[in-house]
Amino acid sequence: MSNVQSLYIWIPLLPLFAAAIVGLFGRKLPRASAHWITIAGVAAAFSLSVCVFMNALDGHVFNGAVYTWLTSGGSQFEVGFLVDRLTATMMVVVTFVSLMVHIYTIGYMQEDPGYSRFFSYISLFTFSMLMLVMSNNFMQLFFGWEAVGLVSYLLIGFWVKRPTAIYANLKAFLVNRVGDFGFLLGIGMVLYYLGSLDYAAVFSIAPQFADAKVELIPGTEWSLMTVICILLFIGAMGKSAQVPLHVWLPDSMEGPTPISALIHAATMVTAGIFMVARMSPLYELSTTALSFVLVIGAITALFMGFLGIIQNDIKRVVAYSTLSQLGYMTVALGVSAYSVAVFHLMTHAFFKALLFLGAGSVIMGMHHEQDMRNMGALRKYMPITWITSLIGSLALIGTPLFSGFYSKDSIIEAAKFSQIPGSGFAYFAVLAGVFVTAFYSFRMYFLVFHGKEKWMQATHHEHEQHHAHVDEHTHTDHDDSHANDAHEEHHGLGPNDTPHESPWVVTLPLILLAIPSVFIGYFAIEPMLFGSYFHDVIYVDHEAHGVMHILAHHFHGAGAMALHGLTSLPFILAASGVALAWFFYMKHPDIPAAIRARCSLIVYILDNKYGFDSFNEKFFAAGSRFLGGKLWHYGDVKLIDGLLVNGTANLVIRLAGVVRRLQTGLIYHYAFAMIIGVFLLLTFFMKI
Amino acid sequence: MTDLPILSLSIWVPIVAGLLVLCTGSDKNASLARWLALAGSIAGFAVTLPLYLDFDFANGGFQFQERLQWVPAFNIYYHLGVDGIAVPLILLTSFTTFIVVLAGWEVIQKRVAQYMASFLIMSGIMIGVFSALDAILYYIFWEAMLIPMFLVIGIWGGPNRVYATIKFFLYTLLGSLLMLVAFIYLYHQSNSFDITEYYRMPLDLHVQVLIFIAFFMAFAVKIPMWPVHTWLPDAHVEAPTGGSVVLAAIALKLGGYSFLRFAMPIAPDASHYLSGVMITLSLIAVVYIALVALVQQDMKKLIAYSSISHMGFVTLGFFLFNPLGLEGAIVQMISHGFISSAMFLSVGVLYDRMHSRQIADYGGVVNTMPTFTAFAVLFAMANAGLPGTSGFVGEFLVILGAVQVNFWYAFLASTTLIFGAAYTLWMIKRVYYGEVTNTHVAALTDINRREFLILGLLAILVLGFGIYPQPITEMTHATVSQLLEHMASSKLPTL
Repeated sequence: MSNVQSLYIWIPLLPLFAAAIVGLFGRKLPRASAHWITIAGVAAAFSLSVCVFMNALDGHVFNGAVYTWLTSGGSQFEVGFLVDRLTATMMVVVTFVSLMVHIYTIGYMQEDPGYSRFFSYISLFTFSMLMLVMSNNFMQLFFGWEAVGLVSYLLIGFWVKRPTAIYANLKAFLVNRVGDFGFLLGIGMVLYYLGSLDYAAVFSIAPQFADAKVELIPGTEWSLMTVICILLFIGAMGKSAQVPLHVWLPDSMEGPTPISALIHAATMVTAGIFMVARMSPLYELSTTALSFVLVIGAITALFMGFLGIIQNDIKRVVAYSTLSQLGYMTVALGVSAYSVAVFHLMTHAFFKALLFLGAGSVIMGMHHEQDMRNMGALRKYMPITWITSLIGSLALIGTPLFSGFYSKDSIIEAAKFSQIPGSGFAYFAVLAGVFVTAFYSFRMYFLVFHGKEKWMQATHHEHEQHHAHVDEHTHTDHDDSHANDAHEEHHGLGPNDTPHESPWVVTLPLILLAIPSVFIGYFAIEPMLFGSYFHDVIYVDHEAHGVMHILAHHFHGAGAMALHGLTSLPFILAASGVALAWFFYMKHPDIPAAIRARCSLIVYILDNKYGFDSFNEKFFAAGSRFLGGKLWHYGDVKLIDGLLVNGTANLVIRLAGVVRRLQTGLIYHYAFAMIIGVFLLLTFFMKI
Repeated sequence: MTDLPILSLSIWVPIVAGLLVLCTGSDKNASLARWLALAGSIAGFAVTLPLYLDFDFANGGFQFQERLQWVPAFNIYYHLGVDGIAVPLILLTSFTTFIVVLAGWEVIQKRVAQYMASFLIMSGIMIGVFSALDAILYYIFWEAMLIPMFLVIGIWGGPNRVYATIKFFLYTLLGSLLMLVAFIYLYHQSNSFDITEYYRMPLDLHVQVLIFIAFFMAFAVKIPMWPVHTWLPDAHVEAPTGGSVVLAAIALKLGGYSFLRFAMPIAPDASHYLSGVMITLSLIAVVYIALVALVQQDMKKLIAYSSISHMGFVTLGFFLFNPLGLEGAIVQMISHGFISSAMFLSVGVLYDRMHSRQIADYGGVVNTMPTFTAFAVLFAMANAGLPGTSGFVGEFLVILGAVQVNFWYAFLASTTLIFGAAYTLWMIKRVYYGEVTNTHVAALTDINRREFLILGLLAILVLGFGIYPQPITEMTHATVSQLLEHMASSKLPTL
């Protein structure tokens, strides 16, 4: 072990210790110690990650076990680390965004009674996420996978009194469990057929199974690799919120904004993307699985973008934008452009965290107002938030030279050149998605930062969407949701208040995130996509899926790409999206209402989010309860207990009632019976 | 190895301690009875520790054997011995007894001495079940265990305790009578009550099937397997907290353990022959019972059904006949011991304060009992099988083992990821989260030091074995591979 390698274990452990100290003793320690301890832990993890990253740049790869978790049936289950460039990239991104969010939280959660609990949770999250990305085997991957899910559960439900929050966290956990269900079965298949859970062993043996078949349903043959890859991807669909398992992510906005940025935008939700990229040697063996991934991603990218258009809650716009962008990454995975997916994951982590934290800053400035229709003209009052949010939006829509441009344009190009089934649809989806993204992003931007100062006439749209949401889902067990709304923290500005810029602990992370949001794409695209950066990490079968070679052929440097981007179709689409948003929301604000009135059917479909939520609620949730109730009532209570158990007892009682009549208590009855008995016995023995 | 008869001590120390506690008499000496019981349970735990410390991990056979002639006329011996499967369960038993004594400390105010004594005596008897190698000795311990449990539920139980105790008693007694018939048959064939003798004895398939069914009746009721499970929810609901803890943590494991000790090695061919039935019943337990748990309104009933569902994993693991499944099942038994204890103790904590087990009577407990809620969420997550807790290990291994036998077994078993989380966390949501719903909840006080100690100990174990489960499987390796080897070779008489 070199010096750097002995440090690996401390990178996840330091945040864990910080989380444990603050979590266990937070209420006894002074308030400020909560952020000092956890920030120290995460800052140390970040600096160490940078060291690891530098080390990985030199080409060092570490793969080794820390301890043996369990041995059984000839299989060793180990806890260990695989640190290569993919891991190192993730580590730096995770710890950097986490550090920013830690600092930001000092300002955002200032008055919250759960201050230390919050810091403990986000440090615990950092530990879990690091365990996930640093793992060298499937078992630990699953540990990290579910541990981040746990922290997500705890943080979405952080404000435990809110009925919407505790509904959302249960929903998030259960939907993720549906994904994990597939993921665990995939892991089981890997262990059984490939004989190990260790990445290195699995990847080296997998090609031998490229043509292997399994018979899941008797009489049908399935390609083993397709089955494994799709099962694993079901896990990714849960964690990375792909249709139809995306339903938890919008609701997760019930959590405090800092964790929306950290967990539900920048890091945790990208775990599925990371996992598929890590498993590239497996996915390359199944074009069917890749095609599945591609189509799911394309659907998510386009259709979740549409939903972003009609949201009025500032956080929900960003949430749907995240869903759509995760769809883009998944499309990249589907066309075997894994490095592009990771590249977009990285740029997205910066600009989306920036957008979320910017939205959080706006919410603070507006005194916990989240409805964009009550905002406007905030650029005068919150200049730093304004500029950084503009940068984030420009990066998101793919303005040339900004980081998002390089990653998103590469995805579009990759989809264009791909030959695998579904790529035609995917290309259309990601192209149309560009227009949609630009439209909803700048709709938000204009509504929040430009136009009239709408909080002045603060009629308050009263979050009807919020109400509708509560009514729709919680009527089963929370009839008092309206009463509770009174307590919610949606106060908004008072009549004499004006919005104010946030304190420096909030604006500093915005500025620090804005820098990579602008520049990282320009500098990273060449090594990450076309250089040897992921050379030994990501495996692509260039014969079958050669889009990266075509992309490399068309690539003539980052500057040339930006220049060319100005005349390309995606940029034209993005620009027209921005223009349309300006026209609708700045120039003629009455148009959107008119459209709403005309296209009531489309609006209805979008308002109901394509009906996923109500379907799940009515079919799966209510269906399980119905089935459970019937099984209990008819199976346990009536059949087993009523008929068999108590029925037997009743039968005994009835028989006893009959037999009891024989016991008359009259001596001559008994004497008579004895005589008959003696007589019978005598005849019986006489015969022998 | 020491020369002390460790197993005899493990059995008799708690029983003698229990008798001493009984001698303190009426509730005037309640305090003395408590301290004496605590000392007895600690001593009882201490004497079982050498079983782990001096255990020979490489040896898959019986260790710490003691053999004394008892009834020469029928070849009955006082024969004790343990292998890698029994030792973890014995340690679990003696540890749980300590927890139970502590849990009843100030909660039980009536007949304290008798209450404490029942649990100490029960502990000795159950360790006897886990260590007996003579069929009659085993049978006596097995049946004797019913008496203190009967008393615990019947005396300190809830309003409907008479129905529950009779149901519990008859259900389990009926099952075990057939087992006695099987023992008598085996005695006639071998002129011995030595269990190891039975392992070697060749038997026809149809005889094996009958013997298996006789054992099945006894053990399936105890575990309990679907469809003979309905005594458990009633017994749990009426039992005092301590009774529920022992019932869930240990009594159910008597059934699981006995499958491995009797049914499977004595009738291996029948076990293979009937494995389809057993796996089907196990999967019904996992899926059907989980759905039933979802709609329970009573917290104890919900946890009782959750127990049945989790024990489905144990029997599923047994009848996969591969090391992953079998070791997973054993780990699941141990882990379920901790987690179900903790869950029932948590309900006990609430019940002591509110005298209700109905989910609907609660809501927003987190606002008045934050520390307790942290524990409750941890144990709920463990119950839902979160990695990093012991609840994950057994389920994970059994599912991995099931994939190797049939993908769809694993598919059905894995639904526990969803349903297990659904019923556990939905209960957590309704009981702990949200605004304070009524004045009773508003008046709750957080856990005291004693409760903190109990839940804290269990939390450490649940997390400890989740992060490092190797110590359990290390003990079982040799025994499990020996058992599987034994199971793989036919016992049919060669003609």
